[in-house]
Amino acid sequence: MSFAAFADLLDDLYFTNSTLAKEAILSDYLRRTPDPDRGWALAAIGGTLSFDLFKRNLVKTLMEERMDPYLFQLSRHYVGELSETVALAWPQSSEPVRLNRLPDLHEVIDEFTRRDKPGIRAYLVTLLDNMSPPQRWALLKLGTRGLRIGMSARTVKKTLANMAGVDVGVLEKLWHGITPPYTSLFAWIDGNAEMPDISNVLTYSPVMLSHPIDEAADLDRLSPETHHAEWKWDGIRVQVAGMNGEARIYSRTGDDISHSFPDLAATVNWDAVIDGELLVRPDGQIGSFNDLQQRLGKKKPSGALMKRLPAHLIAYDIISENGVSFRDQTLDARRKTLEAFIAERHPDHYTISEILEWTTVDDLRGLRQEAADSEGLKEGLMVKRRDTPYVSGRPKHAWYKWKRDPFLLDAVLMYAQRGTGKRSSYYSDYTFGLWANVEGEAKLLPIGKAYFGFTDEELKQLDSWIRNHKVARYGPVQEVDKELVFEVAFDSAHESPRHKSGYALRFPRISRIRWDKPAHEADRLEIMDTLIGK
Amino acid sequence: MEIREGGFYCVPAECYVDPMVPVTRAVVTHGHADHASRGHGRVWATPETIDIMRTRNYVADETQTTGLPYGQRHDLGGGVTLWFASAGHILGSAQAVFEYQGQRIVAAGDFKRHPDPTCAPFEVVPCDVFITEATFALPVFQHPPLEDEVEKLMRSMRTLPDRTHIVGVYALGKCQRVMKTLRLAGYEHPFYIHGALKRLTELYESYGQDFGVWQLVSEIDRNDKDRFRGKIVLCPPAQINDRWSRRFADPLPTVASGWMQIRARARQKRAELGLVVSDHADWNDLLRTCRETGAGMVWITHGRVEALEYALKKEGINAKGLHLIGIEEAAGE
Repeated sequence: MSFAAFADLLDDLYFTNSTLAKEAILSDYLRRTPDPDRGWALAAIGGTLSFDLFKRNLVKTLMEERMDPYLFQLSRHYVGELSETVALAWPQSSEPVRLNRLPDLHEVIDEFTRRDKPGIRAYLVTLLDNMSPPQRWALLKLGTRGLRIGMSARTVKKTLANMAGVDVGVLEKLWHGITPPYTSLFAWIDGNAEMPDISNVLTYSPVMLSHPIDEAADLDRLSPETHHAEWKWDGIRVQVAGMNGEARIYSRTGDDISHSFPDLAATVNWDAVIDGELLVRPDGQIGSFNDLQQRLGKKKPSGALMKRLPAHLIAYDIISENGVSFRDQTLDARRKTLEAFIAERHPDHYTISEILEWTTVDDLRGLRQEAADSEGLKEGLMVKRRDTPYVSGRPKHAWYKWKRDPFLLDAVLMYAQRGTGKRSSYYSDYTFGLWANVEGEAKLLPIGKAYFGFTDEELKQLDSWIRNHKVARYGPVQEVDKELVFEVAFDSAHESPRHKSGYALRFPRISRIRWDKPAHEADRLEIMDTLIGK
Repeated sequence: MEIREGGFYCVPAECYVDPMVPVTRAVVTHGHADHASRGHGRVWATPETIDIMRTRNYVADETQTTGLPYGQRHDLGGGVTLWFASAGHILGSAQAVFEYQGQRIVAAGDFKRHPDPTCAPFEVVPCDVFITEATFALPVFQHPPLEDEVEKLMRSMRTLPDRTHIVGVYALGKCQRVMKTLRLAGYEHPFYIHGALKRLTELYESYGQDFGVWQLVSEIDRNDKDRFRGKIVLCPPAQINDRWSRRFADPLPTVASGWMQIRARARQKRAELGLVVSDHADWNDLLRTCRETGAGMVWITHGRVEALEYALKKEGINAKGLHLIGIEEAAGE
């Protein structure tokens, strides 16, 4: 089926609001489209393509060669996004190669994967020359794996489950064990084959997540007989999986991050799936998130880095071992298995998450305060019901997270930038600063950036405030009058030589807009030292 | 010509062009609310524009009006001659041509070069200074032919015959252009329209436009929801997702606007179908027009001013952004 049908599908999904209608559109496409096109389309929408057809940089380079860089930059800032800008403004080649018909989706994919670098470039140009703007958009999004059409992975799985006439849980389990273009999956859905067998494939297992505790409603439910308390460590939640000598480390969202942590992956000589928090251990002590950050995103960490900041897992749970799933067992039962499992591992690499002693809710409050005083090591508490099975997703009243209170400060809005996507016409990214003494003068130094924490209504008010208080413009960055104060909430702060103020905030968000507060009453930079306990 | 708080001011003739505040003497290029306003002492405009202003209550009984058909020269006083050339934007839209001491300045108002069956086509007037808008002055704006967009709507109606296609259109110009083009594309059912579109549509009809049968939604029994299935309803853009639209069976919000080119804009308006229909010149037409006037100087009033200024300068045309305040991009589109 032609690429045009795929582009139409994406457009239809993009512009349709209701989830049900989206499901109908997708299943209709999947039914009337032959293999392997439908499988590739599914991969594009489900976000499971494992390779780029071409690099974003190639697209940028092509545009820079064809279009005035300043006009390109203005266009891009206006549209808010690269692919759409290119799709709309693509300047045709002077002597374009004309295609009689657009290739099929799978032909496009085959062609790109088969070609060398110059070949990829030539093919991309030919396709762009022959496509309409929506088709170009589809191609660029597909090729660089940047598709966002408001369809969650969950909805995709639900659509497939409905087509197959099974519960969505069945698809959840299958999903990570099968790969594009999903011919075995569709053969099963069409009733022409058995369900794909994934028992011998090492895959990500959907994880169990928690709800924030509702202090008014949930605290009464808790007792030490029914609930465990554990630290909520400030690392990243991971799943370490081993099978037949293979090892994988998955992020919470199922991304394979094994390559960043080969030291931990090398310790996996067992068949099991362990759920835990990944941290680093400089000098034999659990390190902060800032320490861990030096290893995140590193594709090939150096030996020296791994020696200085060795990876460590604090195990929370065990999902399966030697082919036996423990998902249906209670937390208490799984905990016993986990204790036995961790006891045989080397403590440099694995420790078990401690079960905290408590009897009253006040004890929990005390523990939470202890977490708050841990200088960022612990984000708060996890409180888990002991008799619950391991359910993927976010079951109600099973696991609670009880985070420490965020830090607050009053900062002054300094710069604003337009957002992306739905917000591309609004000034929705805000840089704010604190007062500091610079050579005897009170000056604002930027401390961070935030783009959420406010309502849509507040966004409109902020947008119009900014439009009426413009000072100067630096490319996409709009400087504004230093008159508006934000109460900014953040989870932690650390010293950062990259920022002029010397600090960086983690997870900053606007907690209140202080329309009433004069800017000169905003906080001073010195407050940071107190806040981070220096 | 200079810029004052009220807008462009022609010093020797002592009059403003498209002033947004009440003034003694005003030249008005066309009837959109960001160009025509109320409270002026004297108004010069095309006869169509004066009718539009009257329909919208922009001219009171005491306002003196002078209707000048396209091409008719008029002594504005102070040695200034004024005449209007068609701008191709909406019915009666004009470029105001000022001639003074052998110099010619053209204030183009809003204009477009794409064909429009409901108004006279744009006329290129050679001049020394060309004053242009820049609403869609970015290379990403390349307006498709209107027929393609109308076909998109017709296709959607074929695929989803049970849904009511509610098309959000600006009451003056866009509404009539969309209706006319749909008729030319073979749409035969009556148009169901919102009351806000009625008077201007009638005005267009008084100038000989034929939109076939149309009926006010308010005249149809509230319980007769199914009447609208598979049909086209036209209303101001704000109404497509508002309470008003609840009276229809399974409404499909559609917006006809030049902004629909940008996906995020379409999503913001919560449009499920975006028709790229613009009353303004797109990027290539803006550049082409500035070139064709032969003007040595181009003043740019509003919109994506930086981009147009930059691109013209690159071609060796002296261009200057004026950043007029008060003209809002949303109004005409």
